Amino acid sequence: MKVDLSWIDYLIMIIYFIFVLGIGWFLRKYMKNANAFLEAGRSMPAWVAGLAFISTNLGALEVMGMTGSGMKYGMLTTHFYWIGAIPAMIFLAVFMMPFYYGSKARSVPEFLKLRYDEKTRGLNAILFAVMTVLASGISMFALAILMENVLGWNFNMSLWISALIVLGYTYLGGLSSAIYNEVLQFFIIVIGLLPLVFLALKDVGGWIGLKAQLAPIAQARGFAADTFTTTWKYSGSAGANPLGVEWFGILFGLGFVLSFGYWCTNFLIVQRAFAAESKAAARKVPLIGAIPKMFIPFLIIVPGIIALALSNDPGKGFNLPLSSGGGPDYNLTIIMLLKQYLPAGVLGLGITALLASFMSGMAGNVSAFNTVWTYDIYQSYIRPRTGNEEEDGKHYLKVGRIATVFGILLSIASAYIASKFGNIMDFLQTIFSLINAPLFAVIFLGMFWKRTTGHAAFTGLLAGFILALVHHGLTVPAGATTVIKGGWIANLHTYPVEMAQNFWTAIIAFTVSTTVTVILTFLTTQKKTDEELKGLVYSLTPRELNDSHLPWYERPTGLAILVSVIAIVLTIMFW
Amino acid sequence: MVDIRIPIGLMFSIIGILITVFGLATMSNTEMYQKSLNINVNLIMGVLMLIFGLIMLYFARRKKKV
Repeated sequence: MKVDLSWIDYLIMIIYFIFVLGIGWFLRKYMKNANAFLEAGRSMPAWVAGLAFISTNLGALEVMGMTGSGMKYGMLTTHFYWIGAIPAMIFLAVFMMPFYYGSKARSVPEFLKLRYDEKTRGLNAILFAVMTVLASGISMFALAILMENVLGWNFNMSLWISALIVLGYTYLGGLSSAIYNEVLQFFIIVIGLLPLVFLALKDVGGWIGLKAQLAPIAQARGFAADTFTTTWKYSGSAGANPLGVEWFGILFGLGFVLSFGYWCTNFLIVQRAFAAESKAAARKVPLIGAIPKMFIPFLIIVPGIIALALSNDPGKGFNLPLSSGGGPDYNLTIIMLLKQYLPAGVLGLGITALLASFMSGMAGNVSAFNTVWTYDIYQSYIRPRTGNEEEDGKHYLKVGRIATVFGILLSIASAYIASKFGNIMDFLQTIFSLINAPLFAVIFLGMFWKRTTGHAAFTGLLAGFILALVHHGLTVPAGATTVIKGGWIANLHTYPVEMAQNFWTAIIAFTVSTTVTVILTFLTTQKKTDEELKGLVYSLTPRELNDSHLPWYERPTGLAILVSVIAIVLTIMFW
Repeated sequence: MVDIRIPIGLMFSIIGILITVFGLATMSNTEMYQKSLNINVNLIMGVLMLIFGLIMLYFARRKKKV
């Protein structure tokens, strides 16, 4: 399964590395204080922040994982994009961004501090910091192992070199450099994977040829002939589609709880919009990001579906290597496709696209980590502001830079732990991702119900998290062999697939968190005055300035309607 | 600050030229392009990238003049 690279492939990679580091180098002189370094001076144009917004999400695990899921579930994987991202992105832009950006909070935990209290912020800041480091460690490990297995690169070398390049440009240019590079990386990912989509589709005879080849495969597995090329058609019952989840789980679990939890509250993503130059620009950021987001399935999921057809056609000689568990290693789908179709030259471009996706995800983690550490942990608990703004700015800049180095070192450490105890790391990541759904419940209530109190929010956050944990401990997905997948307390219920378990864990976390917060709000008293909550809560914030003089595409609502229409058309086309 | 379109434009132009030249040099190598269904993808992608790079540079330049 080795892929041989030639000099031209390496040359392309080296040119890319030079530009990525060069951007950091050029931006270093603008990094005069913490504000410039950690918040990009709130100066990014909407289109730059919008592409960075989507690029951060397009990390290596996303690209590798979604192509693999395309091979496993077919077009149903697009649920993670159309229903599982677009509504949440529109909601974030239209309803939540005015309060996030208008509050002047520099991070999501800081918004919790302004809206609720210190303890709610502290809880969220610490959980978020741990989660970010874990996530970047795991993706770093995945990348290094891929490079070792497929390109024959030394594991330690690719780990350290990729980490040091990310460190180089984020240390030099902070969030600005991360964002600028994410835009560059976005284009490299799209252009690098484009020849693959084109060639693979041509090889299977286009979409129609692909449908014809997939029909017998679907039928052999007991599904309807067009299961792999449709999305909602067979979601009536869980058993009728390869995803193993019915429409309610998809709509409510994925489309509402999981996706709103991720897109509306994950600081890693939201931070890109915080860096926009104005409130109007910040509102446009998720919408501008949503446009490419809707088409990314054609770039990474469709090749995965083609891989399914290829692997069932002996004449093509396409086979996925086996994983340690014995089944095909779906994470390798994308790279095996690159090997199958791309000759030297564009092959280097494709590998560079994978490296770029890794770096955009990792830089996102690092720049979110250093901001939360500096503002929400260091500035709140270790060294508060002195009042001398200029000196503070310099001090926190230094702290932000040191946090960048430590964030990367911790990620490297967790990558090594993942290489020794991969299961434990996966487990921890599952656990920490449970924080998103309760966080959305609490932020949503805070923004739209002025009565919601700090004590209620804190307890709601904690209760949702703990109950989600308990649910994970009491249920197992079918076929699980380790307690890491669930059932580490007792086995009360077996889900047909792991995805169903994840959806229900999130649904429970969200419901519990909402219920507890609402009940406790009635039992506790609001300590914040209406004046303090101005700009943070819908009913206490003066209406937006009238933007009706702008052309429709300059207005958030105009863009939101455009995005919705495209998403609906795509959904109907691939129903 | 630096206009991001300049580094993007430069990088895509450089890699575009590189891949185009490589595509031209390997034109007669039918064995190499067998896996890409006998299409010289290097030539196509190289030209596309060069065009994209130049468009980016053009817009960055135009904005500067205003």
